[in-house]
Amino acid sequence: MPESAMMNSEASAAPVNFETHPTRYQHWRLAVAGSVATLTMDVNEAAGIRPGYRLKLNSYDLGVDIELYDALQRIRFEYPEVGAVILTSGKDRIFCSGANIFMLGLSSHAWKVNFCKFTNETRNGMEDSSAHSGIKFIAACNGTTAGGGYELALACDEIVLIDDRSSAVSLPEVPLLGVLPGTGGLTRLTDKRRVRRDLADVFCTTVEGVRGQRARDWALVDAIVKPQHFHEYISHRAQALASARERTEGAAGVLLPALNRVTEPHGFHYDFVDVRLDGATQRVELTISASDAATPACVDAALAAGAHWWPLQMARELDDAILNLRTNYLDYGVWVLKTRGAAAAVLATDEFLLENRKHWFVREVIGQLRRTFARFDVSSRSLFTLIEADSCFVGSLFELALASDRIYMLNQDPAAGGPVLILSEANFGLLPAVHGRSRIEARFYGDAKLMAEARAAIGARLDCPSAQSLGLVTLGPDPLDWDHEIRIALEERVALSPDALTGMEANLRFGAGETLETRVFGRLSAWQNWIFIRPNAVGETGALTVFGTGRKAKFNRDRI
Amino acid sequence: MTITYADKIPNNVDLAGDKGLQRALEHWQPEFLRWWTEMGPEGSHSADVYLRTATSVHPSGWAHFDYVKMPEYRWGIFLSPADGERKINFGDHLGEPVWQEVPGEHRANLRRIIVTQGDTEPASVEQQRHLGLTCPSLYDLRNLFQVNVEEGRHLWAMVYLLHRYFGRDGREEAEALLQRRSGDRDNPRILGAFNERTPDWLAFFMFTYFTDRDGKFQLLALAESGFDPLARTTRFMLMEEAHHMYVGESGVGRVIQRTCEVMAEHKTDDIARLRALGVIDLPTIQRYLNFHFSVTIDLFGADVSSNAATFYSSGLKGRCAETKFGDDHLLRDAVYPVVQVIDGRLVAGEAPALNALNEKLRDDYIKDSVAGVERWNRIIQKTGIPFELTVPHKAFNRKIGPLAGLKFAPDGRVVSDSEWTAKQREWLATEEDRAFVASLMGRVAAPGAYANWISPPTLAINKQPSDFEFVRFN
Repeated sequence: MPESAMMNSEASAAPVNFETHPTRYQHWRLAVAGSVATLTMDVNEAAGIRPGYRLKLNSYDLGVDIELYDALQRIRFEYPEVGAVILTSGKDRIFCSGANIFMLGLSSHAWKVNFCKFTNETRNGMEDSSAHSGIKFIAACNGTTAGGGYELALACDEIVLIDDRSSAVSLPEVPLLGVLPGTGGLTRLTDKRRVRRDLADVFCTTVEGVRGQRARDWALVDAIVKPQHFHEYISHRAQALASARERTEGAAGVLLPALNRVTEPHGFHYDFVDVRLDGATQRVELTISASDAATPACVDAALAAGAHWWPLQMARELDDAILNLRTNYLDYGVWVLKTRGAAAAVLATDEFLLENRKHWFVREVIGQLRRTFARFDVSSRSLFTLIEADSCFVGSLFELALASDRIYMLNQDPAAGGPVLILSEANFGLLPAVHGRSRIEARFYGDAKLMAEARAAIGARLDCPSAQSLGLVTLGPDPLDWDHEIRIALEERVALSPDALTGMEANLRFGAGETLETRVFGRLSAWQNWIFIRPNAVGETGALTVFGTGRKAKFNRDRI
Repeated sequence: MTITYADKIPNNVDLAGDKGLQRALEHWQPEFLRWWTEMGPEGSHSADVYLRTATSVHPSGWAHFDYVKMPEYRWGIFLSPADGERKINFGDHLGEPVWQEVPGEHRANLRRIIVTQGDTEPASVEQQRHLGLTCPSLYDLRNLFQVNVEEGRHLWAMVYLLHRYFGRDGREEAEALLQRRSGDRDNPRILGAFNERTPDWLAFFMFTYFTDRDGKFQLLALAESGFDPLARTTRFMLMEEAHHMYVGESGVGRVIQRTCEVMAEHKTDDIARLRALGVIDLPTIQRYLNFHFSVTIDLFGADVSSNAATFYSSGLKGRCAETKFGDDHLLRDAVYPVVQVIDGRLVAGEAPALNALNEKLRDDYIKDSVAGVERWNRIIQKTGIPFELTVPHKAFNRKIGPLAGLKFAPDGRVVSDSEWTAKQREWLATEEDRAFVASLMGRVAAPGAYANWISPPTLAINKQPSDFEFVRFN
């Protein structure tokens, strides 16, 4: 089937909407009791996000994962008292069987890659909330836990497998589908759970998986529990994990209303984020605006503003914009990042965030900024930041520039209306990139001298030459050259091979040093994305293509 | 523990010469006996039971009758004789010689097929273990025990395959077959229907008629397997399975016979009156039938199944009587009719024949089941009672597949939730029905005596008279 006729074809399919609400869930139930939330996966077979497959056996597609992401967001903001989340299944004897294979078989390469990226980010987000917010996750595997189902469990802090002598955990992707457990499965086995590599080899090639005591012995799960005690054990563990966290009892949550997204022929915009699509040049102009409103005087005022408090609303809008662009506008290969508004307001917000970072709401808003900005790090688009006369690339918003592949700054005296760039404490660890280090640190490969110089410049109004000398911008055309240079640079970029750019950018962005996240996105995903286009997976007789038809995969046996 | 192999374990698999198999069985056999003592027929261990034992696969040897204490029953390992020329009859390996060892490529699927089949055998013994206490006659008690020991032997048959062909993993799975328990919340049997109780003898007869017949069709499909040891094992099992279905068909038939006699004698079809007369009214029998039939056809699995397609193409599980089909035995482009639910209605649709093999097997099964129900109806007709038992529509009371999402009447009409709730008691055996049937279950254990609710058999087993002492209690 030609790619254009497959899923994700913009012409034939409605755009994917990443916004939802628990009242509209088809596949999950969110229940909160005191400090424990329970997320029950009970997938509606008939409600796939695209036609052509049934979501049998609690398998998932993008639509199922969008609900999971939404539920996690609600837990973070609307239920601050929650300290532990139980992930379990509403089906009998099946926890989750992973991504729906027929969906993958019908999907274009781009859809598969994008789907995996989003599911990866959602699972990383769970670990992010565990590390930064102390929200602990328990996978209550009350039945067969296969493939992506086990990968979901791996993203939790604890994995409890029902010991009914039938239910196993498994990663059957290699033997069954000829692809990898690509949602972090391979990486978390080794990096997170420290499963010995030879046992991991056996595990990942055994279709039926491993159950009972052996699953425990191999560190694939943390506990095995008999069915009669399962429920009790899970609630006991959930209570224990929840009580280990600092209490936020009595705190009222902040409701997350629907975003005010307005779609127009040439883009879409929100209150603080504007997306302009330029079809002729295949560029997106993404403009983030600072707020005119005064910074809250105290946390209660921030709470009163709730989801409309600028950093939260802006981050949610930006998050939604990124997800929309990635999924619905594949051929817009260059994103031009711009900012507008009052620098002082951004810097005041940074200060407020740092000062009150221990408060649950502020902590969650920081988390939202961190995870949203981290989406840029793994977006397969060329990111060019333009620091123009009316920009406010200061403090936390300068993170967007630091996430970019190139930063262009107008070289014009601020006294004559030229832009300034201002660093804040927020650039030094508050909002680490997806690899876990601050973007400045990664930019300078941890060089102490460069870091010290940058740190000494906190608060200074840096004009273009100063910013350049600190290594903070790439190029600084003057006003006479600006339009010309920017036009040439963008046109040149758009003309390059999109595949080569994706690979090149990903390599350069992550820099030196590996973390679990970089291994998931840089190693596992890259291999997976290669396998996903190989004939052995998706050719006419590839394993993914013939899965479920009864036909046998025919492989080209050459090792590459 | 030393085992005198040929004596203790009759076999035609050269057990005496197979050290690996001996090692596996030396560990497993005591575990099996422990399981039998704990979970086998209750209160039966010291009784001498007139049982059939297979001592060889020759026509003279597979039905040897004698009194045996069940724990001393010689569970044997028998494969139908090998045909050195056998070829794979279907799928991608069509025409190739059958496999005598497990191909590594198909290990996982074969293991799954064997474990799933093997798990049902001890499960039914567990489900039926209390029935001996309420037997309607010694003849029926013997039949129950015969079914039980043979299910035990079928377990041995599957365990043999696991031990002989699947290494350490096979030994572990063989142990797990003894560790799971029907209806145990902690260690349930694999398939749902095998965790239900068999609470009374009517349920037992229905089970052996309907559910053992599912076993028959699964075995028929596996008898076609390209893995020759599995094919040969299941062929031999089928000879025993036939008796189990006979127990079911004749059992239900005798219950019907007795009810109709009482109806004719007292010229009544009043249910309360018949119940007071101690026989099971025909509508109750119909409701039992509806339940057992619908639960059993779920055992065939999803109507459109990727596993079914893979098992066929890989040559692991064929269609029953595969060689009788005149098609290409590949089914790559063929389609098969399946019913679909579209906008709340049943619509005739079709699916790739490979994926619809479960449905095909289910349809074969339904045809076979209907034939026996018609024989029951002839019993009713002979007594002149105007009543006809019917097999419900295949959409009725389904829990698996797309039909599970809707409610259907036994005639296949889609019904609303409220109609289902209102009529359910007319369609499926109720608690009251079961309590009534249970109230009839008293132990009748004198030679030649039969409970009031069931007729004596016209022919007992092995040409013995119906007052033969089939079980001697010690």
